[in-house]
Amino acid sequence: MGFLTYLINGLSLGSVYAIIALGYTMVYGIAKMLNFAHGDVIMIGAYLVFMCTSNAGMPAIVSIVIAMGCCTILGMIIEKIAYAPLRKATNLAVLITAIGVSYFLQNMALLIFGSNPVSFTSVIPWEGLSFAGGQLKITGNALITIVVCLVIMVVLMWFVKNTKPGQAMRAVSEDRDAAVLMGINVNATISLTFAIGSGLAAIAGALLCSSYPSLTPYTGSMPGIKAFTAAVFGGIGSIPGALIGGLLLGIIEILAKAYISSQLADAIVFAVLIIVLLVKPTGILGKQIKEKV
Amino acid sequence: MLEIKDLKVNYGVIQALKGISFEVNEGEVIALIGANGAGKTTTLQTISGMLTPTSGKILLHGTDISKVLGHKIVSMGLAHVPEGRRVFPGLTVLENLKMGAYTRSNKSEIADTLEKVYESFPRLKERQNQLAGTLSGGEQQMLAMGRALMSKPSIVLMDEPSMGLSPIYVDEIFNIIQSISDAGTTVLLVEQNAKKALAIADRAYVLETGNIVLSGDAKTLMNDDAIKKAYLGE
Repeated sequence: MGFLTYLINGLSLGSVYAIIALGYTMVYGIAKMLNFAHGDVIMIGAYLVFMCTSNAGMPAIVSIVIAMGCCTILGMIIEKIAYAPLRKATNLAVLITAIGVSYFLQNMALLIFGSNPVSFTSVIPWEGLSFAGGQLKITGNALITIVVCLVIMVVLMWFVKNTKPGQAMRAVSEDRDAAVLMGINVNATISLTFAIGSGLAAIAGALLCSSYPSLTPYTGSMPGIKAFTAAVFGGIGSIPGALIGGLLLGIIEILAKAYISSQLADAIVFAVLIIVLLVKPTGILGKQIKEKV
Repeated sequence: MLEIKDLKVNYGVIQALKGISFEVNEGEVIALIGANGAGKTTTLQTISGMLTPTSGKILLHGTDISKVLGHKIVSMGLAHVPEGRRVFPGLTVLENLKMGAYTRSNKSEIADTLEKVYESFPRLKERQNQLAGTLSGGEQQMLAMGRALMSKPSIVLMDEPSMGLSPIYVDEIFNIIQSISDAGTTVLLVEQNAKKALAIADRAYVLETGNIVLSGDAKTLMNDDAIKKAYLGE
């Protein structure tokens, strides 16, 4: 029974990683950049939800919608101000800018919210299910997190495959110049990608802090790095890859904490990443199609 | 239909086009020939908005498009088959073709155009569910051409369509260009294979280091001694 509980907790944590990983993987796939500020958008999202629920007394769902709206706009503004002017710059310049944006968001949060942790109230009031006479408990947090993650994945995969903006995203991720020749507005497509990723970050923030309720301006950075790892793990640029990478990472982390050592858990997670990349450098679902000349 | 007036383009400090002027009339096949680095690809990329000119005008149907953003030019009736084909390797043949019709919205009209493209390129239909990256070079070239036609352009720019293809495919590609022209689409063709290009072109312009040095009727140019020596290997 213990193992099953750990597995479900792992899936739940992995679901949060997967939602965050989507933001990394989509932005990487389409804009060909690593948005290291993504983790901090999660933290901003969580604070927004916290303010709406705990300070303004709004219902959880309304708070999340407001936070999503704000984060979507924040993501688009970050892209417009910090990244769009660097469209033709070197990768290193963009990477350093992203790290700069990350610190900017953290320090802005420090200034506004202070460095003391706030105690986040779960957005999911449901107790959860109990099996086998209370031996196996599945918390509402865990269950809802997993369901929300799966719904997001299905909707997003449908969106990319079947809608016009989704088509544009695929084209831009395959070949930006050729996409322009098809009549696709590349800047608008990249902006939309940031909007979606950042909107999802707000959901991830709310779910993450519902399970791990201590919220500080640094809350986003570690899950951000883990989710980035998950994206690389699953094959960066691939949406199903983000799901698989996220879930695996969550499960490995929780099982390592339970059975090996909670101090070593992170080391084990990254060791597995290194092994996967040694065996398959493109990640689990990553593929490299060589263009014929 | 397409008129280029004193077009200048810089790459940093290097002037790639030093003020070229030419025109393409409706229904014509125009060949732009010249050696590597003469500015042929730069010319096409500037027309389709991938590069911004320093000065000069590009008139498409009388409208200056030299400052119009690249993605808006397609819906004005101009399609560009880029150098190196640039198909979307991870998308299927059919998805590539549909991407070509991105600016159009009428589904039944798109389906009609798709039928026509499949008629001209039966091989694309056979392979419609195959990933474009797995096609041979010649098939990818056909796909790039078919994809351009999906936007129902009035003029198509083609950049080195025969580059790197086997001789059989080269003949086939030139036959296809001829039939695209016969179907009423205007063609501006950039080619290193000057012999083949002049054979199907109505008129031609010769580019040398950013300047047009010679122009005229394709048949006349083919018999020009200087052209023969420099570009036809005779």
